[in-house]
Amino acid sequence: MEFLHSKILVMTEEFDKFEIDGVVYKTMPTKKWKERKNWEKPNPNNLYSHIPGTIVGIDVKEGQTVKKGDLLIILQAMKMDNKIIAPFNAKIKKICVELNSQIPKSELMIVLEEL
Amino acid sequence: MSLRKNILDLRRRKEEILQGGGEAAIQKQTAMGKLTARERIEVILDKASFHEYDLFVEHQSKDFGMDKKVLNSDGVIIGTGTIYGEPIAIYAQDFTVAGGSLGLMHARKITKIMDHALKMRIPLIGINDSGGARIQEGVDSLAGYGEIFFRNTQASGVIPQLSVILGPCAGGAVYSPALTDFVFVVDNISKMFITGPQVVKTVLGEEVTMEDLGGAKVHATTSGNAHFFAESEQECFEQIKKLLTFIPWNNSNKAKSFPAKKPKSEYKIEKILPTDPTQPYDVRNIIKAVTDNSDFLEIQKDFAANIVIGFGRIEGDTVGFVANQPLVLAGVLDCDSADKAGRFIRFCDAFNIPIVTFEDMPGYLPGVEQEHMGVIRHGAKVLYAYSEATVPKITVILRKAYGGGYIAMNSRHLKADFMFAWPTAEIAVMGPEGAANIIFKKEIKNAENPEEMRKLKVVEYREKFANPYVAASKGYIDSVIEPKETRNLLKHCIEVSGDKTVMTPAKKHGIPPF
Repeated sequence: MEFLHSKILVMTEEFDKFEIDGVVYKTMPTKKWKERKNWEKPNPNNLYSHIPGTIVGIDVKEGQTVKKGDLLIILQAMKMDNKIIAPFNAKIKKICVELNSQIPKSELMIVLEEL
Repeated sequence: MSLRKNILDLRRRKEEILQGGGEAAIQKQTAMGKLTARERIEVILDKASFHEYDLFVEHQSKDFGMDKKVLNSDGVIIGTGTIYGEPIAIYAQDFTVAGGSLGLMHARKITKIMDHALKMRIPLIGINDSGGARIQEGVDSLAGYGEIFFRNTQASGVIPQLSVILGPCAGGAVYSPALTDFVFVVDNISKMFITGPQVVKTVLGEEVTMEDLGGAKVHATTSGNAHFFAESEQECFEQIKKLLTFIPWNNSNKAKSFPAKKPKSEYKIEKILPTDPTQPYDVRNIIKAVTDNSDFLEIQKDFAANIVIGFGRIEGDTVGFVANQPLVLAGVLDCDSADKAGRFIRFCDAFNIPIVTFEDMPGYLPGVEQEHMGVIRHGAKVLYAYSEATVPKITVILRKAYGGGYIAMNSRHLKADFMFAWPTAEIAVMGPEGAANIIFKKEIKNAENPEEMRKLKVVEYREKFANPYVAASKGYIDSVIEPKETRNLLKHCIEVSGDKTVMTPAKKHGIPPF
């Protein structure tokens, strides 16, 4: 098959099983498909970075209790200081980032415990 | 001064400017495996057909010591010439002159040739090789980009616009190619990105090489920004010239006809497709079994390979093919493949190219990732593009046409002009397995041997519904045909629809889901 001689390796070049509506097809998965992230139910206690950036302020300590709306962290990204605030009344269970550290998108920053 | 002296003076002036960025810069350019801007134009166009405009243009910037700098032709070459004897407008940025950076006069030269191309209704080829905006010229260079983007948009759908990326193309510079119809990239030479690796690193802390961020392979496989990938500049130029044989020079003409040729005998149309709908095959072989000389120019070959798009000829006339590819992801429609097909359909429609759709697909790709990426709005692009298109539209259902896929892939209901099905076609709301599980849920559950019963019901459903005859009995399919009749029928359809006329409601423009 000419496909297998493509100049760029995009296919895994292996046939695999692929199920749609109860029918199992023999077909080649794309790299994108294979590398897709599986969805997980979001845990509201875990605060992730919504954008890559630098932690320029940590306003809380582990074990401290905070009220909804309290400032937790300042994440500087795209020349803006993004205030990360408490989404609900909670206890700070764990702080997972350090001051002045650069973090990617979707990095776990803080673990809360809802009160 | 005598005339002779005047002429010699002109020649001397020209010669000086033709040095471009000078010996050292040219050597650097060649060392990277790149031709110079002028060489590129000469290779693409017919021999000695190039006529240059604005050779003597100079920049007028005075700040930051620019007043003491001479930039030959301001770093860009523009002009007209011919390809296969037909007129073409072309510009090429000259990386040897100030890194091909775009200043006000540089941009004015480009917009001049763009205006010319649009006015003369001839295709425009833009060769991009530029470090980006000329920072010393400040807002003037930004204005320059804006003027180019505006013209790209105005010319869109009127003349074909081809962008060739033969060097870096960063920041604002990438948006002109993105607005054009076809983007060509060359391995190791082309780089396209909005923000380069350095900015990505300082702002986001992500370390990535230029190649991994926006190299030719990335755009040909992952981002879908590139339509043609080549390993050398020479191969790239051949791709450009080949593409130009398939498309018309402007939107009021048809593509040139060529002498008809039979498909090659090795593509036996009845030997390609397995009748078992779960088994894969390469749909491009079916396309090659119907096209002249089995010639098929595939576009975006390595991006969203679950759909195949490209040009071929039937009895000498250009046809745009859209085909599901069962070889890859069972040929499903997903975000990327819908985007790829939708745009191609709109190109064909704008430039009077009939569209032939080969359908064999189980539906849309399920999954949280797809839904969250917006498979609804992306998938809608296919519906929109097919419904909007007024060129002759022909569909051949080869095998599976399930559910939303049946509707989306140029169905009768989206106003396909001709609907054919092979006897292997299965036209149904969903695959027999899934359908039987739902319709006969009780019977299967209550049966002594549920698995046996399930199998029985699947067969029953397939025989009753998963065939082309139910749809044919309702007139949704015009004919159920033998595979070997396909090519002649396609030819017939194109002949019959030569003067196709469709009235669409008056409007400024529609609002496609992009």
